[in-house]
Amino acid sequence: MNNQGFPYRIFPLGDSAITIEYGNCIDEAINKEVIARFKQLQQNPLPGMIEVVPAYSSYTVYYDLKILKNKIQSHKTVFDWMRQQLENRLQQPVQQDQTEERLVNIPVCYDEEFAMDIQHFAIEKIISVEEVIRIHTSKKYKVYMLGFLPGFAYMGEVDEKISMPRKPQPVNIAAGSVGIAGKQTGIYPLASPGGWQIIGRTPIKLFDEEKEEPTLLNAGDVVQFFAISKDEFEKIIKKKMQDH
Amino acid sequence: MGLKIIKAGIQDTIQDMGRYGHQHLGINPTGAMDKYAMQVANILVGNKVDEAVIEMHFPASVFMFTQPALIALGGADFSASINGEPIPNYHAIIVGKNDVLQFHKPINGSRAYLAVNGGFVLNKWMNSYSTHLKAKAGGFNGRTFQKDDELLFRRLFSSSNKQNDFIVLPWQVDTKCLPDKLAGNNDQKEIFVLQGNEWERLTAESKENFLMTSFVITNQSDRMGYRLNNIPLPVMSNEEIISSAVSFGTVQLLPDGKLIILMADHQTTGGYPRIAHVISAHHSKLAQMKAGDKIYFKLTDQQTAEELFIKQQQHLLQLQNACTFRLEEYFKDEPGTKKIFRDE
Repeated sequence: MNNQGFPYRIFPLGDSAITIEYGNCIDEAINKEVIARFKQLQQNPLPGMIEVVPAYSSYTVYYDLKILKNKIQSHKTVFDWMRQQLENRLQQPVQQDQTEERLVNIPVCYDEEFAMDIQHFAIEKIISVEEVIRIHTSKKYKVYMLGFLPGFAYMGEVDEKISMPRKPQPVNIAAGSVGIAGKQTGIYPLASPGGWQIIGRTPIKLFDEEKEEPTLLNAGDVVQFFAISKDEFEKIIKKKMQDH
Repeated sequence: MGLKIIKAGIQDTIQDMGRYGHQHLGINPTGAMDKYAMQVANILVGNKVDEAVIEMHFPASVFMFTQPALIALGGADFSASINGEPIPNYHAIIVGKNDVLQFHKPINGSRAYLAVNGGFVLNKWMNSYSTHLKAKAGGFNGRTFQKDDELLFRRLFSSSNKQNDFIVLPWQVDTKCLPDKLAGNNDQKEIFVLQGNEWERLTAESKENFLMTSFVITNQSDRMGYRLNNIPLPVMSNEEIISSAVSFGTVQLLPDGKLIILMADHQTTGGYPRIAHVISAHHSKLAQMKAGDKIYFKLTDQQTAEELFIKQQQHLLQLQNACTFRLEEYFKDEPGTKKIFRDE
């Protein structure tokens, strides 16, 4: 047990990474702990650490086997040594982020042209398309983690009334598409095959490889979607192209 | 000046050791599939081991050099030639202006590497030269090579070679020691794995099948991952797994009971059961396999995995010392080239 009281497990992810997992769950308090631990390790890295990848309820530390193997005589394996280091860290309290969560407002056009699944979605859930839009824009979503694609934010949780499982087979999805999978919602930053139910599209860029911070969203952010018309969507796209 | 693409290959890109430090943003590392071969090619031309190289699949591009260069090929053998004359893999070679490098037939392996002394004039994207095809960034304009592309060399290589022919330098890497050759039969390899976090989800029978039967690599295999053709492996629990990190070598069990081994272009996170992880020391071996080849998985432990990897690293270091020595000897009477093998 750590100071926060969350039970955890530590296990290897192959021979060059180690995962600390607080159960197989989506939980805001646990995710806060994960992000705090992630930030602490980024600011104060362990020797031989390459990077840390936070997820919903776990974080994974990648390490340089070559550097560490030469250094470590005290433990049989680098993994054992790394586990010891992380256990030691977990004994110490971690500074929870006191700064206010960053709120990001994201415009979404829910027009059928950009929302290949919204009709079918509404029928399946026995509600109107307008209701799907109203519910999707009615609350703020937490960004739990980034993964899958550069800048892809896993957000949650959507209202039960608009929760819908993934499609059985992935299809081609356009960049900017807003989707739902189970109780998660997310935006495809790049065109990609994917299985989420697509209900709209945002004209803004979620991933810009030319920027120093290439992703719009980060784990820990809060997102509020708001509906825009097709005209407004096209205006934003046009403006973006002029600015470029 | 440097080299020009006369004819584009099927998927030739710039790669290095990979882009680390950004996986928390969903930016996957990419990088060379066979990092060992890539490093050996660099060592042969006197580069730092992590210098950017060209990774080629068959059919590979046809290249023309627009200035002299010291080059080396590593990894797969695609029966390369310069100006129509066969050249060996894993040798340093001096090429001249207008020499044409091409590849005729895949003899063995899947990925070949071309290293050039001094490397290429390229911009790093997020601290790496590796091409990220999905993000269309890194490498050469974030894409595979196209006809008429021209890559510039960072260093002007001049040699007092007055012959109009290319020269194969008279030493070579003992290819028997390379990781992709160590496992004997080329189309049938033993791949060591560590248990994954979801290993215990497999039924006893599934575990036995995983370790006792062979797995054929299907043609749905690329830089992202290898899909295997296997009898379904039933699990004890279908409880959904919340997304978390996956890595190069992670063996995932897909919902249809088939396996996929994640390779260099893998996603940063995933939600399928992680049955096993291929050890780092066997990544190169795996990277050189192709559709139709057979894999036998063998369970090993953390200590063995670490030791095998370190052994490879020591071998690389020995190679580097030997090659630097040879290069310095070879070029000792050429004041312009002598220092180029140590200044980085």
